[in-house]
Amino acid sequence: MGLGSAIEPAIELVGIDKKFGAVHANKNINLTVAKGSIHGIIGENGAGKSTLMSILYGFYQADQGEIRVSGRPVAIRDSQAAIAAGIGMVHQHFMLVENFTVLENVMLGAEGGQLLAKGTSSVRKELKRLESDYGMEVDPDAVVEELPVGTQQRVEILKALYRGAEILILDEPTGVLTPPEADHLFKVLRVLRDQGKTIILITHKLREIMAITDTVSVMRRGEMVATRKTAETTVEELAELMVGRRVLLRVEKGDAAPGEVLMSVRHLTVKDSRGVVMVDDVSFDVRAGEIVGIAGVAGNGQSELLEAIAGIRKPTSGEIWIDGKPVAGFDPRRLRDLGLAHIPEDRHHMGLVLKFEENENAILGYHRDRRFGRGPMLDLDAVRKEAEEKIAKYDIRPPNARLRTANFSGGNQQKIVVAREIERDPKMLLIGQPTRGVDIGAIEFIHKRIIDMRDAGKAVLLVSVELDEVRSLSDRILVMFAGKMVGEKPGDASEQTLGLMMAGIAA
Amino acid sequence: MSTASVQLPGWINYGVIPLINLVLAFFFSGLVVWAIGENPFEALQLLLVGALGRGEGIGFTLFYTTSFIFTGLSVAVAIHAGLFNIGSEGQAYLGGLGAALVALSLDRYVPWYVTMPFAVIGSALFGAACAAIPAWLQAKRGSHIVITTIMFNFITSSLMNYLLVHLLIVPGKMAPETRTFLPGGQLPKLDWLIALFGGKLGAAPLNFSFLIALVMCFLIWVLVWRTKLGYEMRTLGVSPSVAVYAGIPYARIVMIAMLISGGLAGMMALNPVMGASGRLQIEFVGGAGFVGIAVSLMGRNHPAGIVLSALLFGILYQGGAELSFDMPSITRDMIVVIQGLVILFAGALEYMLRPAIVRLYQQVGGGR
Repeated sequence: MGLGSAIEPAIELVGIDKKFGAVHANKNINLTVAKGSIHGIIGENGAGKSTLMSILYGFYQADQGEIRVSGRPVAIRDSQAAIAAGIGMVHQHFMLVENFTVLENVMLGAEGGQLLAKGTSSVRKELKRLESDYGMEVDPDAVVEELPVGTQQRVEILKALYRGAEILILDEPTGVLTPPEADHLFKVLRVLRDQGKTIILITHKLREIMAITDTVSVMRRGEMVATRKTAETTVEELAELMVGRRVLLRVEKGDAAPGEVLMSVRHLTVKDSRGVVMVDDVSFDVRAGEIVGIAGVAGNGQSELLEAIAGIRKPTSGEIWIDGKPVAGFDPRRLRDLGLAHIPEDRHHMGLVLKFEENENAILGYHRDRRFGRGPMLDLDAVRKEAEEKIAKYDIRPPNARLRTANFSGGNQQKIVVAREIERDPKMLLIGQPTRGVDIGAIEFIHKRIIDMRDAGKAVLLVSVELDEVRSLSDRILVMFAGKMVGEKPGDASEQTLGLMMAGIAA
Repeated sequence: MSTASVQLPGWINYGVIPLINLVLAFFFSGLVVWAIGENPFEALQLLLVGALGRGEGIGFTLFYTTSFIFTGLSVAVAIHAGLFNIGSEGQAYLGGLGAALVALSLDRYVPWYVTMPFAVIGSALFGAACAAIPAWLQAKRGSHIVITTIMFNFITSSLMNYLLVHLLIVPGKMAPETRTFLPGGQLPKLDWLIALFGGKLGAAPLNFSFLIALVMCFLIWVLVWRTKLGYEMRTLGVSPSVAVYAGIPYARIVMIAMLISGGLAGMMALNPVMGASGRLQIEFVGGAGFVGIAVSLMGRNHPAGIVLSALLFGILYQGGAELSFDMPSITRDMIVVIQGLVILFAGALEYMLRPAIVRLYQQVGGGR
């Protein structure tokens, strides 16, 4: 592979092949990860990264091929075997018992006998040692659910290290972190590497790959298409390798021409079901022909704000004006009739019924429209015809309006939602996480549609935890922290400025 | 990737898998029969001949089938909206009161075909009324529909006992039942239907309500898959959070779905009350409401599937009665065991075989 045979390999995958029925998830994968390095694996959704790592961690068995750890062939039948081979995994969604302490979580599954006393003291000692070796300080007696997300992730890493992991797999580790938290994680990863641990980082964020990895491998459609030394490649090259064609990484957009105020929020306060204030006295305007982005770390009230405006969540107090009408407390159907479209943050939880056929989802929320059937009846021909038009216009694949929605990829599912909400030509558009779990090719497409909406004079309110996305799309950026609007910046504000504001440090 | 997400073609999903489940159920039932010292093949033959051998047997089978179609549809409509209505039993019982009141008031003045539409409406209204309070409690207060509908089975049972014993009983008689309706309050038997196939209905109570049940199957199919209301029900049934996003009013859909469900259960009363005995009797539902749950699950909550599984349960009821008559060692309870096995394999254990069948399908057909 041209990486020099002098380097000692920590992991070698030789000819790994895996099929799920007709889906060829991994095609003859060869990969060598050098000991004491940070190795990035990058690829679009469905490229086979997760399958490959699941094989390495014992969730699946490869149909063919061999796994070698430190040169010795090993059979990894389950995660126990992976741990025994020194492989640890930090999942994207943490596998922690939220109401246990850090210590209890680290100990879980490695209690060392019927009585806990022995396990407790050995874990406590080991946590001390890990803290001094790697600088990963964490209070062993803190309850996990009370810790910030970045610290919870550290607990996951500690769990793996406690079990003697020499090789750490991290699956999309920065998705839930603030920029400062991500920086801190990278620092920890570098220390781990310098102490001789091997780290495999799975991500779709090209910038992270460039920032932290030593080597990067690119997967596309089940194949390992390239391995590069990070220092010798560029973001553009990696993107092209991932997608298989040239992609525009920057969104091209002209200046905004803001018109009248179409959406106006005044002193809005929203509480969640437990009575905790999630949105705290927030006021702002969105004008026709501009994109206002809301930046913030997940969980700082952006979701609740979006849901309150969309009519899904009842505001506790305050006013919402849409197109000159007070609409606080309206239900989503009335708001749609007033021209408010909503691309929800979580398409599985809100935007789509995965069990339905594609065409049934293409009318969700607008199913009462007369064009889909007169009176109480649903005109299936009209529904399917419209769905097929959108499939053609948005290049949704596979182009089959009768297919179950669950069988579309994440990017295509998102396109179904985007097509539905945009094609009805709304006046105002609420967008939450427009490209979460969406591959690069589709991201480019969806971003273009959003800019088109702005240029057509719509008012667009965008919420995203991807700071890059907020910065590249927005004409103005509002930063939310702990339920409050802590400041407004122009769309070209620097990442550092916004990052500090998102962490609640400076306004 | 789990096999649950693999889409199988319809003929496997709705044909092969239920068939294998049914064969398994009969296999284990056969073991039970064999264990008590009877010949399972002879028993199966007696069961099938008893249910389908003669016109009269078929008449009884379809009579039971009719009741199960109504209660099966009742359960299915609620399930499509994400509601588990365990109260079809009680709703059918109260529906009997609606049907009987209509029949008692009209039978002297008009022929049956004038009484019938009013009886359909009356039974449906009373059944719906019985579902209304649990529905309202679920919609507005979040009280779990399973609990409240079970409670209402008891409430209805007591209420009907009281009404029959104290108010509706014919003065001077001992049996807690209404007077027998005149022909104007009874549904005609379907002799001609059996005659079409060269059989004789004999004493079997198969009656006009069988046709009403088939019409309801069609109407429910239209409701669920061809109307906006059905679309909203299905959305709510699969994902309440998506329904909120789409502006589908939760309370309203819950109320409507439960009223329709209760109405269908209520219509079941037409069959025994106006079709068979011609009077309102105590405990006339006889568990058909609970069988409806199994019928609906086994029929995949689809009207066509419900007709087929109702027919299967009709065969088991009628054939089972004949079987226990011909083989005294096979008691009524044994029949219940066999029915239980069918429910277990066809309904509850459907996911036991599915993964294996999916794998087989992928190997043989390439899963394309």
